[in-house]
Amino acid sequence: MTSLYEEISTPPAGDVPVRRVTINVNGQARTVDVEPRLLLAHLIRQGLKLTGTHTGCDTTNCGACTVLFDGRPIKSCTMFAVQADGHKVETVESLASASELHPIQEGFKEKHGLQCGFCTPGMMMAAKALLERNLNPTEDEIRWAISGNLCRCTGYQNIVKAILWAAEKMRAESK
Amino acid sequence: MPLDEIKIGGMGASRRRVEDNRFIRGKGNYVDDIVLPDMLHMEILRSPVAHARIKSIDVSKAWDTPGVRLVLTGEMMAARNLAWMPTLSYDTQAVLATDKVRFQGQEVCAVIADDPYIAKDACAKIVVEYEILPAIVNPLQAADPASVLIRDDKENQPGNKVFDWEIGDKAGTDKAFAAADKISKIELHYPRTHPSPLECCGSIADYDRATGKLTVYMTSQAPHIVRAAVALVAELPEHQIRIVSPDIGGGFGNKVPIYPGYVISILASILTEKPVKWIEDKTGNLISTGFGRDVYLKGELALRKDGRILGVRMNTVSDHGAFFSDAQPSKFKIGLMHSAFACYDIPVAHMMSTGYYTNKAPGGVAYRCSFRVTEAMFFQERMVQAAADDLGMDQAEFRRINFVKDDEFPHRTAFGFLTDSGQYGKCLDIGLEAIGYKNFAKEKAEAASRGRLLGIGISTMTEPLGAGNSREYDILGIKMFDSAELRVHMSGKALLRTGAKSQGQGHETTWAQIVTHELGIPAEDIVVEEGDTDTAPFGMGTYASRSTPVAGAAVAMVARKIRAKARKIAAHLLEVSEEDIEWELGRFYVRSNQDRGVTIQECAMAAYSNMPDGMEPGLENNAYYDPPNLTWPFACYIAKVEIDPETGVWDVLQFVAVDDCGVRINPMIVEGQIMGGLTEAYAMANMQYITYDEEGNCIGANYMDFLLPTAWETPGFELYEVVTPCPHHPIGAKGVGECATVGGPAAFVNAVMDALKDKGVRNIDMPLMPNRVYEALTTGNDVYGMPPVRVGN
Repeated sequence: MTSLYEEISTPPAGDVPVRRVTINVNGQARTVDVEPRLLLAHLIRQGLKLTGTHTGCDTTNCGACTVLFDGRPIKSCTMFAVQADGHKVETVESLASASELHPIQEGFKEKHGLQCGFCTPGMMMAAKALLERNLNPTEDEIRWAISGNLCRCTGYQNIVKAILWAAEKMRAESK
Repeated sequence: MPLDEIKIGGMGASRRRVEDNRFIRGKGNYVDDIVLPDMLHMEILRSPVAHARIKSIDVSKAWDTPGVRLVLTGEMMAARNLAWMPTLSYDTQAVLATDKVRFQGQEVCAVIADDPYIAKDACAKIVVEYEILPAIVNPLQAADPASVLIRDDKENQPGNKVFDWEIGDKAGTDKAFAAADKISKIELHYPRTHPSPLECCGSIADYDRATGKLTVYMTSQAPHIVRAAVALVAELPEHQIRIVSPDIGGGFGNKVPIYPGYVISILASILTEKPVKWIEDKTGNLISTGFGRDVYLKGELALRKDGRILGVRMNTVSDHGAFFSDAQPSKFKIGLMHSAFACYDIPVAHMMSTGYYTNKAPGGVAYRCSFRVTEAMFFQERMVQAAADDLGMDQAEFRRINFVKDDEFPHRTAFGFLTDSGQYGKCLDIGLEAIGYKNFAKEKAEAASRGRLLGIGISTMTEPLGAGNSREYDILGIKMFDSAELRVHMSGKALLRTGAKSQGQGHETTWAQIVTHELGIPAEDIVVEEGDTDTAPFGMGTYASRSTPVAGAAVAMVARKIRAKARKIAAHLLEVSEEDIEWELGRFYVRSNQDRGVTIQECAMAAYSNMPDGMEPGLENNAYYDPPNLTWPFACYIAKVEIDPETGVWDVLQFVAVDDCGVRINPMIVEGQIMGGLTEAYAMANMQYITYDEEGNCIGANYMDFLLPTAWETPGFELYEVVTPCPHHPIGAKGVGECATVGGPAAFVNAVMDALKDKGVRNIDMPLMPNRVYEALTTGNDVYGMPPVRVGN
């Protein structure tokens, strides 16, 4: 299915067509041979072994697979890996630096914005996209911005608080 | 100075969660994240039709697909005596179909290949010839003697009925009804719905022929039950089976049963001698795994004109799908349905229940619910509101005069449960005050002047949480206790393991807090592990809000055993007799001189380096806890809604929740549970259900048809608390996780029905979608939701 270009791998079985793509993932250029039908979510999870991006529904409804694509939140289960050729993808693994959490991550922990954790990476990436264009969102703006991401555990109230908390911290930091 | 318990993360601390540290970094470890060397991938071919005889299966083209390692059919399973498996309700369920398919989505074949895409490709090449049979999609059709027999595989199964069951005092109830001033009736359908955790089910089976060891990583809320079942059913030696539940992306009851996919992956690993991963897709999860509810409820209350309830009659007809595989541990056929009306002081009650097979997915689960409690409380609170209306009484007052009073505990309910504690009136008062009940009439009139309909809906209930006690609750004969094992290292840090399994409830955080409360070891010095049957003590898992009532109690008990041993060590270190020392959080001291003391950490070091003569070294122990009774939390939920009569759309203006779940270990987590539970209640009241058309096609097979509320629709919730400690639980806690899902739906529905009170409408079945509300508004008729539904034109 997927083979990282730098890896040694057995050739794909049968007459499987393969395309070589180069995608900037979390700031690093990755060159990969993929089947054209391979979903971006599967490349991220299985090919690149970044398992923080989850797949929940396969139909673009749940948002567990949300990543940033050239800075915009998209659902990676409904995009082919080949469509990402030459583009920039950011996943949850890019949020924290080696020593520091992103304020959104801190906010989710501080405000109990997660329970099972399955929707959390996608939810945080959607929040990041919002806060990058609006650092002072209202509760309604937050609810709208994450309305493409389902959560079955929290009831969203604490997720909204978490994002408000992060926005406040980011505003303070940007001063 | 004594330790500050809140500061060290003990009971009552809203301690931030330990597990979050990995989840917020994307470093959770869910089943699909696990990759084993040489792992193969499995895909299941499901039946496209609801009921059909299998005439032939041709798998040759699947076998010919490059990269395919194994294709399994029912026939191959049958050759190994694995085509059928026993269910948790003592029925049988097909693993892979042999004779017939009995519901849409039933497992027919499985393909194991090098890659999941290849496995899917090969599945599409399998040709199955079906001879279509009529589909039965509701109990009415199932009960018709002329209907097709679904379970013709079973001997002595002349019709589609699964069981008849009754409980209570029939003669006494008849007498109460004969003496009643008024009889109030209601009839409704609690629709089929699905727990639908975001993460679907999955497993990786890894059989090692060299050692004979079978390791299965799987999405199970109860890994030890799986190990027991595999040992008993597949006759594999129990010590060679290791079940690991890693992080679980939500369960809500859906991940209690043992599904065919797990079983097939195990056999596939044994046959291929490689690890085999099976990850279900969302449609597979929605159409084939454990659903919730699907019960027709009707009943009546015998009423005295002063408002007292004299007796209850209930009748339930439940739809179990193609196999009776209800995942419930009680001895009662319809679960804890007879917990209905437990918060009211009612002299006598009688209930009759009937269950039917249909051509729908099997496996009723306790969806955020102690089996059937959700249906019981929904019926109870819908019935109570109707009775108050029939008597022309205020709905809050009607509840208050019938409540069991604070000084009447313990109280034996008319159906035989023993409730033990509560302050029902106080909870109701707080709720009414918060919602502004007194001013509601004025608000309603104001809204009416704008052309809007306002309604207020109350739901008050106590429910039995924490199965169980071993007298009445077991799974496959194994009693419903739970366990904890605590190992205090020499530096005073500790490792705690329990037989429960968190799926988001935060056990890694709260269990440590109980140990902190009992021993004074700071919570951050305690690591909690669950879910691996090779290391965790035997326990019955997490569902039905049983973790805190049972496993949480075991944690407190094992910590007390540790403290008892530490006390002996302390006496030795302080050179006084055991009777002369006192305990304060984290420290023993000499009664006559409080300054002379030793900390629990010093005792721990001494347990490995300076124990008294004759004492066994080390500081570890375990506890198995069999609760004397269930716990009985109480909740009062009140919703205020506004209906737009031109569209039938209703909005929640305010929602108040007053929960009494006894002592709260971590208030932040408890509130998180309540808000999440209320959201699922709102979902069921508003949009989330599964139905079927007349051919047995599942409507609700993906997230475009099966609607879940987003952040945009979900209302805000105001939370209040009352604390009545549980009298028999070691730390006074009661279960809480399911309360809001159980009690919440009636608050929303009662509010909408209250708004429609003047229109002559008595019932609209959930979900109260705008079209149903609009139909009721414009016709003045009740709206029922029994399948089949008509799709399209």
